[in-house]
Amino acid sequence: MTDDHQLRVGKIRNGTVIDHVTGGQALTVLAILDIDGSGGEEISVGMNVPSDRIGRKDILKIEGRELSQEEVDVLSLVAPDATINIVREYDVAEKHRVERPEEVVGVLSCPNANCITTEREPVESRFAVLADGVRCAYCGTLIREAFADRIEVE
Amino acid sequence: MRHDHVLTAKQFSRADIETILDRAGDFDGPTGDTRHTDSLLGLLFFEPSTRTKMSFETAIKRLGGDTIDMGSVDSSSVTKGESLADTVRVIEGYADAIVLRHPKQGAAKMASEFVDVPVVNAGDGAGHHPTQTLLDLYTIRENAGLDDLTIGIMGDLKYGRTVHSLAQALTNFETTQHFVSPESLALPPEVRYDLDEAGAAVAEHTELEGVLPDLDVLYVTRIQRERFPDENEYRAVASEYGIDLRTLEDATDDLSIMHPLPRVDEIDPAIDETPHATYFEQAHNGVPVRMALLDSLL
Ligand SMILES: [Zn+2]
Repeated sequence: MTDDHQLRVGKIRNGTVIDHVTGGQALTVLAILDIDGSGGEEISVGMNVPSDRIGRKDILKIEGRELSQEEVDVLSLVAPDATINIVREYDVAEKHRVERPEEVVGVLSCPNANCITTEREPVESRFAVLADGVRCAYCGTLIREAFADRIEVE
Repeated sequence: MRHDHVLTAKQFSRADIETILDRAGDFDGPTGDTRHTDSLLGLLFFEPSTRTKMSFETAIKRLGGDTIDMGSVDSSSVTKGESLADTVRVIEGYADAIVLRHPKQGAAKMASEFVDVPVVNAGDGAGHHPTQTLLDLYTIRENAGLDDLTIGIMGDLKYGRTVHSLAQALTNFETTQHFVSPESLALPPEVRYDLDEAGAAVAEHTELEGVLPDLDVLYVTRIQRERFPDENEYRAVASEYGIDLRTLEDATDDLSIMHPLPRVDEIDPAIDETPHATYFEQAHNGVPVRMALLDSLL
């Protein structure tokens, strides 16, 4: 935890540090977590910071919020290398790596305009996570890239 | 076999298919069966399809049962904005099984999540049409067998739900599938993905010439006018992917030609009188196959 670059943004007291996010994906990560700052959260974002491990990385620090495992797993779609540190009283209390979930529910919208999930039906979007993309459980449509465009931000 | 719902052809194993086709053989011919006199089949057709609907009606009536029907879409609650989820939950209280035709992909799967009675997908947009596939397989088995089979599938492969279901089901057998279409109507990536996952022997072509002499079965589908921006483009493609007696000069004597019907210009009526024509037999097989399927569900 003595990464110099991480020190560019201040330490947080209680909350979550999401590190090793693929460079340029920080805003997408915030979108997935449905965080836009309007709730008053204190958020620090470093983008395209040099990283020994992944070249360029983004780093996010979110004060006052601990991510759930489900939230963390969904991040794997855009930030497969991310590490998550839960901070309590300035100390790292828990460390997590993201893991690809078997499916993501209610996070992505189906790009197929003819899919039943795009209708006014009481059903959430549901995608199976494949090795190289995701697949709509209803219409079968494959999405192999541009996940960020498909994220439902309410 | 007992499946609570029949949603896609992908759910069928080889054993499932063989069980249904064997049972269908028992229902082929006059039966006077009354084993399901108490059964009511709910027919929910949100898209017109006289043939598929009549075939299900015939099948349940020949098993001694009956149907309830929501009537035409225009007069139903759909136009009042009721969700499909609500509609099926209401019909679940009336019927022992629901047969659903709907213009949206995934509609049958969603419907199945809201009800406890079996849902049978009778076509969901460009998605699947698994009961058509069962009757296609029955017909293919009668004419050419299902293993060591070389099948050509031609026409609108992108939007053709019967093609998607058939291609997936054929991966259970020793078959080589040749797909013939204009590039703009080639197989969708998700169907190709399933075929590759299943390790199927598949080739894609833009011309029938060259593959025709190898085929045991040629499955022709309709290319829809509305897929093309102008009439001339449609005409050009439609004539290129239609067949007549001259096309068949390169075919083997045993070639069966199939079509889910209705046809428009894809198959010259002159072919009807040749031993190649299998499409009317194929249509008739819908009744025994659906009887076998409904018998397993009810
Ligand atoms: Zn979909």
